[in-house]
Amino acid sequence: MRSLLLALAAAVVILGVALTFPWLKIPLILSLCYGLAALGIVVLLKAGQISFGHAMYACISGYVVAFVGKHYPALDGIVLIALGTLASVVAGMLIGAFVVRYREIFFGMLNLAISMVLFTVLGKFYELTGGTDGVRINRPTLFGFELTRDPYEIGLLLVVLALSLIATFGVQRYFRSSGGQALAAIKTNETRLEYLGISAKKVLWKGYVLSASLCGLSGALFGLSQGLVTPEMGYWLRSGEFVFIAILGGAGHAVGAFVGALLYEFLKMYAAVLVSGSWQLILGAILIVIIYFLPKGLTGLFGKRKGAEGGAA
Amino acid sequence: MTALLQTTDLTLAFGGLVVANGINFSLEQGERLAVIGQNGAGKTTFINICTGLLKPSRGTVSFAGNDITGRSPRNIVRRGMARSFQLPQLFLEQTVRECLELSAVARGGKLSSWNPLAAGSTRQEIDRMLDLISLRERQHELCINLPEGQRKLLDVGMSLMLEPKLLILDEPTSGVSTEEKHGVMEILMRALDEQQVTAIFVEHDVDIVKRYATRVAAWISGAIAADGTPAQVLANPLIQREVLGE
Repeated sequence: MRSLLLALAAAVVILGVALTFPWLKIPLILSLCYGLAALGIVVLLKAGQISFGHAMYACISGYVVAFVGKHYPALDGIVLIALGTLASVVAGMLIGAFVVRYREIFFGMLNLAISMVLFTVLGKFYELTGGTDGVRINRPTLFGFELTRDPYEIGLLLVVLALSLIATFGVQRYFRSSGGQALAAIKTNETRLEYLGISAKKVLWKGYVLSASLCGLSGALFGLSQGLVTPEMGYWLRSGEFVFIAILGGAGHAVGAFVGALLYEFLKMYAAVLVSGSWQLILGAILIVIIYFLPKGLTGLFGKRKGAEGGAA
Repeated sequence: MTALLQTTDLTLAFGGLVVANGINFSLEQGERLAVIGQNGAGKTTFINICTGLLKPSRGTVSFAGNDITGRSPRNIVRRGMARSFQLPQLFLEQTVRECLELSAVARGGKLSSWNPLAAGSTRQEIDRMLDLISLRERQHELCINLPEGQRKLLDVGMSLMLEPKLLILDEPTSGVSTEEKHGVMEILMRALDEQQVTAIFVEHDVDIVKRYATRVAAWISGAIAADGTPAQVLANPLIQREVLGE
């Protein structure tokens, strides 16, 4: 509860910063979008699995928003977000049914392979997808209001903030539920889970669909904020960024994904200014430091569980 | 009366190596069967076939009158046959209490993605099991920090939370110090008595077998060489020579 109040306070601060420094609105929206996607990765990390292809769900969702928005321009932004997320849920259910049979590196690489198929398809079918140029998204109404750019961005920031808070609360609640605990049990002992009569595949599948839906939600919001979707949204480097953020923030608490995302986005921004062309060097160095000194990410700094001295938790 | 567990002509071979050789076996409700035998005699293989980890090449396994041959471990557990392991199988990054709570939820068969884990069981039932396996003091510790004896107890406790009809214990005292062995067995037997669970336990320690088993089955080369009361089997010259090494 305390952490959720802190998250709420953080949301107010973010809003305050965005209103004080309007040029920060878009970087903040993007950070939160990345945070939502990284939260999806955190769900998988709970089960000890990692995906290098989850950007495909953001991409699927983004393209659905673009296509539906193009053909039904009267549709509200909120409906588009819902439809995009729904598409990623359906894709997650189908792809998940296949990939949850595998673990660890095979799980990670299969996701990557499927995402690269999608990337290629989107890039090659120019007539339909616009190829590497992508598809433009015209600014839709938000809650029925037709807004100019500035209020639209504020409205979108409010939507992203609200959804981020709901996602944080929901995921944290899931982690504490029996389903979430069973998901965490996959990491340490799948055999025992089966010998309790619990299907590890089913548990992981549910977690996978949740993680796909979070990435999808992120993609829909990302597309609406940028006004454009391209195949780059589903490229493996984008998936790698999600993983980077999840590790940076840590899997200890759902808030970690957003802490990691904000840090990542602003580090990237300032590193690019300081050493343009080599900003990846700074990010890489930071990741090494985090893995070495904070293997549980930034959230690992807080809330050690009793008995965790042995190196678990 | 239908046997609780029955195997007919149970056979399994890995290439030319026969690890279960036409085993015909029956277990009645309420029995405490000790399975003894040298390493490699086929004891764990027998357990693994009965609990669904291995599929027999021939023969059948029936449990409470139902054919369970080749069924998955999950399916067999849901029918009421639980097991513990030679190397305790715990959720090392979860606390003792969480492990028991998850087992209690598993018994109901319905995982929730919303309700807290603790809501799947009553506080009293978890406390009762913690007392039964003498782990109340360590309930909030991560399993990874437990010593071997307590890991064994928790492993059994998790199985007992499922309220099984039959519990199979694979070497419950292996890895436990000589001083602790009887203490661990006393706690286990008390828990089994309280829940009126039929049990099979694989054991190497003859003292433990004499003290806690009502029946003994001795394994030699993938088959049952002797089956009877502890006094009968342990006095059998073949068993003394081939199994006990006397």
